[in-house]
Amino acid sequence: MKISMAHGSGGKSSSELMAQIFAKHFSNSVLDRMEDAAVLDLSGRIAFTTDSFVVTPIFFKGGDIGKLAVCGTVNDLLVMGAEPQYLSAGFILEEGLDVDDLEKVVISMKKAAEEAGVRIVAGDTKVVEGCGGLYINTSGIGRIPGDRSISAANCKPGDAVILSGNLGDHHACILSARMKIDNEIKSDCAPLNDIMEALYAGGVRISAMRDVTRGGLGTILNELADTSGCAVEIDETSLPVSDEVRGFCSILGLDPLYMANEGKVLIIVDGEDADKAVEALRRTAHGSGAALIGHALEGGGVTMLTAIGGRRHVDVLYGEGLPRIC
Amino acid sequence: MDLKDIIKYLKEYDGPEIKIMEVCGTHTASIFKSGIRSVISGRIRLISGPGCPVCVTPTAYIDKCMEYALKPGHVLLTFGDMMKVPGTSGSLSLIKGDGARVELMYSPSEVIAKAKAAPDTTYVIAAVGFETTVPTYALVMEEAIAAGLSNIKLLTALKTIVPPLDWICGTEPDIGGFICPGHVSVIVGSQVYEALAEKYHKPFVVAGFEPEQILAVIYDIVRQIGGQTGEVHNLYSNVVRTEGNVKARNIIDKYFSPGPAMWRGLGIIPDSGLYIRGEFQGFDAGSFGLDRDAELNEACRCGEVIIGRADPSECPMFGTACTPQEPYGPCMVSSEGACGIWYKNRGGII
Repeated sequence: MKISMAHGSGGKSSSELMAQIFAKHFSNSVLDRMEDAAVLDLSGRIAFTTDSFVVTPIFFKGGDIGKLAVCGTVNDLLVMGAEPQYLSAGFILEEGLDVDDLEKVVISMKKAAEEAGVRIVAGDTKVVEGCGGLYINTSGIGRIPGDRSISAANCKPGDAVILSGNLGDHHACILSARMKIDNEIKSDCAPLNDIMEALYAGGVRISAMRDVTRGGLGTILNELADTSGCAVEIDETSLPVSDEVRGFCSILGLDPLYMANEGKVLIIVDGEDADKAVEALRRTAHGSGAALIGHALEGGGVTMLTAIGGRRHVDVLYGEGLPRIC
Repeated sequence: MDLKDIIKYLKEYDGPEIKIMEVCGTHTASIFKSGIRSVISGRIRLISGPGCPVCVTPTAYIDKCMEYALKPGHVLLTFGDMMKVPGTSGSLSLIKGDGARVELMYSPSEVIAKAKAAPDTTYVIAAVGFETTVPTYALVMEEAIAAGLSNIKLLTALKTIVPPLDWICGTEPDIGGFICPGHVSVIVGSQVYEALAEKYHKPFVVAGFEPEQILAVIYDIVRQIGGQTGEVHNLYSNVVRTEGNVKARNIIDKYFSPGPAMWRGLGIIPDSGLYIRGEFQGFDAGSFGLDRDAELNEACRCGEVIIGRADPSECPMFGTACTPQEPYGPCMVSSEGACGIWYKNRGGII
């Protein structure tokens, strides 16, 4: 069956879609009340974020738009030191979308939400003209325990800069699918709860965190340098990149420094805790490729020590990261 | 000689100042990315050449692309780098926001499936590039003929690398040697530089793209200049053969023939362009005579940058009236353009 404008009418088709897909798979005590708004018990400091997901193709190696929509918002909460609790999910469906595909996406969201320990407690669906596209917005709420403070403003010279694993996997996976290049590169899309738990359990003094998504590491390091008032220096030889992604980038003229991930985080920790943090991360499923990649210094901007012993500036991404033409 | 010794030699070089041109934009990008400028002597000046196809494309071509993108029943397919190049008025990127039909392509072969799926739409490929990309355009025509498709056109601005090098050698005698492009040489072979090396008595050395490979080539050129030799060496021989890729050249020759081409900043150079041959004219979207180049603001020094006469930072517009977000000159637009690379790397020296 395909989605038609009737599914967005608010009438019988809408309620059937709601019951057979969304309510069925997302079921939990808050959502099941089926009222106009979810009523939540919250207290203390709350982190709140929203993100929209428009990826094509909808299904890719290592995930799909649904998993991405849950992980992206969960990770945004996690890097602020929050414990993710509740999500809302808004769907914009284009007519012609296969209902089986929609259900696959919804099941995938359910699984990702379970893994991340969040409940989907509110939602909405609209149908628009088009040709089978699917777009998802998720908003998320998380509780920040105690006096936990994670912010770029905490960075200080001497802090260690740690990356939780290989660069560029998600970007290379999506681009491979769009370019119909057959390879084994999988998206790294994942909720990073295990990484956070390992860091907190290990007593690592975290200054700041950022998930490495659009714009890539280069852009995120610059944002961090700007907002923290510190310089950042990274070492090219320590940057983790898989052989497959490195080969893919070299053929297409792409730079892993500016490619998106969906399951990697940049963590700035007190310099003395660097080894402890890397060891703790490497024992987790999503941080097994963690590496110390550099340090915060006095000054500003981002520099890189290159493999041949040179030094250069690292700038933000300009425009889109596109394959070269010659 | 290992890499450490090569770097030591190049760092400590204190002979006469040497200017070396890296012809290809991918080499420029790799030189900056790896920090090569920061590990060699200031007496060895690396200058960027005309090997970025976007940077040398005249305004009239961009205007024609925009005309097709706005024409009912037509879709323009282009590589991403062309989107922001300024035409006489606006750019592809700007008019796309106004409803022009512009689609990004990753490979020209994508057009075949599109043309089959929408027989009433004419797909016009913005066919820009050097010898490296030309065989893919030839293959598009071959596939289109086999599939009986008549709704594919090519608007070409295709260039060959040897004529502009000859032109530069003639006008810029103080360039001591050339780092020859890796990708183009895969097709044309290292043999094509022999006549230039002999005519101008300068070293032409084919390089790969890894920093170690580029450093080895710079070392080779510096040594050749010191020893007053001017030979063609191929230091990318695991990929580039002396005779190049004969099969690829044959398909280029089948579909294209040489003709004069306009190079932004250089002017018209005889036989430096490739045009669709007469018998395949049905594919051409009006590529001849697109020579007019906008009167660039006289402060813009793109023309001097692509022949190495000026460093990007010597242009008064650089970084102020011309930035990657709001490019004025074409060298700032492309990811392989010298100005854009300089801007992002602040000249490459720390």
